[in-house]
Amino acid sequence: MKIAVCAKIVPEQARRLDPETKRLDRSGELALNPFDANAIEEALRLQAGEAGSEVVLVSFGPARALEALRKGLAMGADRLLLLTDEAGAGSDLVATSYALARALEREQPELVLCGQQASDSDGAVMWAALAERLRRPLISQVAELTVSDGKLRGKRQTEFGYDLIEAPLPAVVGVSDAINEPRYPSLKGIIGAKKKPQETVSLGEFGVEPDRAGEAGSRTEVYALGEPPPRGETERIEDDGSAAEKIIEFLLARKAI
Amino acid sequence: MSTLVFLEHHGEELQADSLGVLGRLAQQGGDEVSALIAGSGIEGLAKQAGAFGAKRVYLADHPALEAPLPQPRVDVLAALVEEQGIDTVVFAATVLTADVAAGLSARLEAGLNWDLVDLVFEQGRPIGKRPALDDSVLLDVGWKGEPRLALIRTGTFEPLESGGEARVEPVAVGLEDFSTLATMVEQAHEESEGPSIEDAEVIVAGGRGLGGPENFALIEELAKALGGAVAATRAVVDAGWYPYAAQVGQTGKTVSPRLYIACGISGAIQHKVGMQGSTVIVAINKDPHAPIFEYADLGVVGDLHEIVPKLTELVRQRRAA
Ligand SMILES: Cc1cc2nc3c(=O)[nH]c(=O)nc-3n(C[C@H](O)[C@H](O)[C@H](O)COP(=O)(O)OP(=O)(O)OC[C@H]3O[C@@H](n4cnc5c(N)ncnc54)[C@H](O)[C@@H]3O)c2cc1C
Ligand SMILES: Nc1ncnc2c1ncn2[C@@H]1O[C@H](COP(=O)(O)O)[C@@H](O)[C@H]1O
Repeated sequence: MKIAVCAKIVPEQARRLDPETKRLDRSGELALNPFDANAIEEALRLQAGEAGSEVVLVSFGPARALEALRKGLAMGADRLLLLTDEAGAGSDLVATSYALARALEREQPELVLCGQQASDSDGAVMWAALAERLRRPLISQVAELTVSDGKLRGKRQTEFGYDLIEAPLPAVVGVSDAINEPRYPSLKGIIGAKKKPQETVSLGEFGVEPDRAGEAGSRTEVYALGEPPPRGETERIEDDGSAAEKIIEFLLARKAI
Repeated sequence: MSTLVFLEHHGEELQADSLGVLGRLAQQGGDEVSALIAGSGIEGLAKQAGAFGAKRVYLADHPALEAPLPQPRVDVLAALVEEQGIDTVVFAATVLTADVAAGLSARLEAGLNWDLVDLVFEQGRPIGKRPALDDSVLLDVGWKGEPRLALIRTGTFEPLESGGEARVEPVAVGLEDFSTLATMVEQAHEESEGPSIEDAEVIVAGGRGLGGPENFALIEELAKALGGAVAATRAVVDAGWYPYAAQVGQTGKTVSPRLYIACGISGAIQHKVGMQGSTVIVAINKDPHAPIFEYADLGVVGDLHEIVPKLTELVRQRRAA
């Protein structure tokens, strides 16, 4: 089975919005979206049971995302495809899902896996847009996934309890962050990752028209940045062995116990 | 302008959050606000929608809409939006509606803004209020072109009963071939055993930072010493460490105890929406950058395995004294 994992590269820390562009400041250190490590782990788990299967990472992001994406190769994915373009910056769901779908159409995987959410946007929506563009069935929020006889079964939690959903392959699945425990890349994996195929492709090469990418291709916009309503004072302590006593003092002062 | 609110239902009931969104939009007046209910055997639900502010209710009643799966609902909405010239579709965020909204966004190439805590109209132009980056900034967001799609954050608006009556209009259901490929095998329902955590005055909650299901004993002992209840995050419930009935957050319970002690919980927005109404929040987390420290009244950076047993001991000593 060929499995494509959609992997996003996100700012590692110090998340701030650029007041000028009103976009997320992506200039600092980059990292693999931690929720996508679960999707990669799940792909590797499914692959392990099947000879001749392949795991390919598909990402849409800046060219310098390549290095952070290699973590997925170091975990065990076979190759990666990075869609990157100057014109892609500022893409929203409509534009990003369009670009990713174009790449996935070329790859034709039987299974497309997404992580629970992108840690920088918290959308938790991409899989549904991809399933629509690829005209495939969808199972989201999957906490347990099984495949047999070309059929997927996913257990997912909703507001009302757990559902069990079935869908034939090819399909799109979004996994929960509790579906597995992602492995850490081994030293051998990290060294081996450098030699695995890593393709960087511009949007134009996939036939993404310039007016369908970036801000031009987006259907949402940010008008203004403001302050959220003020919240109460927050107090912070570091445990030096006396944290339990300090918590008690705090709770007594607040009359919480 | 015509605004449509998607009303989710579960069994015989319309979901409270979606009625809240309907009420908020109806209250802003001006336009006619309509609603869509999509399901199977749902005639009875239209009346409820009228009582909560809808002037017109579209009913999509079809066996393929029986299970709460998103893709057939995208088909219904896409057709309705085009036929009725609807320019704004608003959803109360749930597992189902997030998928419906995103699918519709791709189908119609329509902008989707999510996690909104309000939708206001300035000179007829809708503006979404969107907290971002762990709620540290509040953005004004908008749409380029129509239709516009919006997901409102869980628990934002209470239903407002206005006692009105809705005109009911059945809508034809046409389905795409791929929309019905995913099927519901089993729709389990919440098992509600034991005392409800919603009534607890004190809650001690555990997350993945506990390291394993056996360590819930630490949380249980602290809760017992404080005379409180135990809660959990989705991550540990999904992993089978603790029962779903104890889960707090978007797809779990909403609680507002006097005291909420979060141990080994990162504090994701989907957890926050279920416990932000607590009077005092204490968080113990070893990562100084954990989002929960942004809204805990007392943030303790440290190892819960060290701190929690000591805390339990101190509480016991005080009790005994
Ligand atoms: C549609 C949707 C609905 C959701 N609904 C819910 C919901 O209802 N409820 C919910 O909770 N989540 C929900 N989530 C999931 C949510 O986004 C988070 O993934 C989840 O809350 C994370 O749980 P956690 O904090 O236990 O785990 P993690 O995010 O993994 O956090 C574990 C924390 O423990 C800390 N830690 C580790 N070891 C220690 C130690 N020894 N001492 C102290 N701290 C330690 C770590 O620093 C970390 O911050 C939902 C997500 C989606 C997409
Ligand atoms: N730019 C991107 N490149 C690759 N995958 C993405 C991208 N954005 C989102 N995804 C995938 O979609 C999932 C959900 O993202 P979101 O809906 O943005 O929260 C992520 O966990 C990824 O699997």
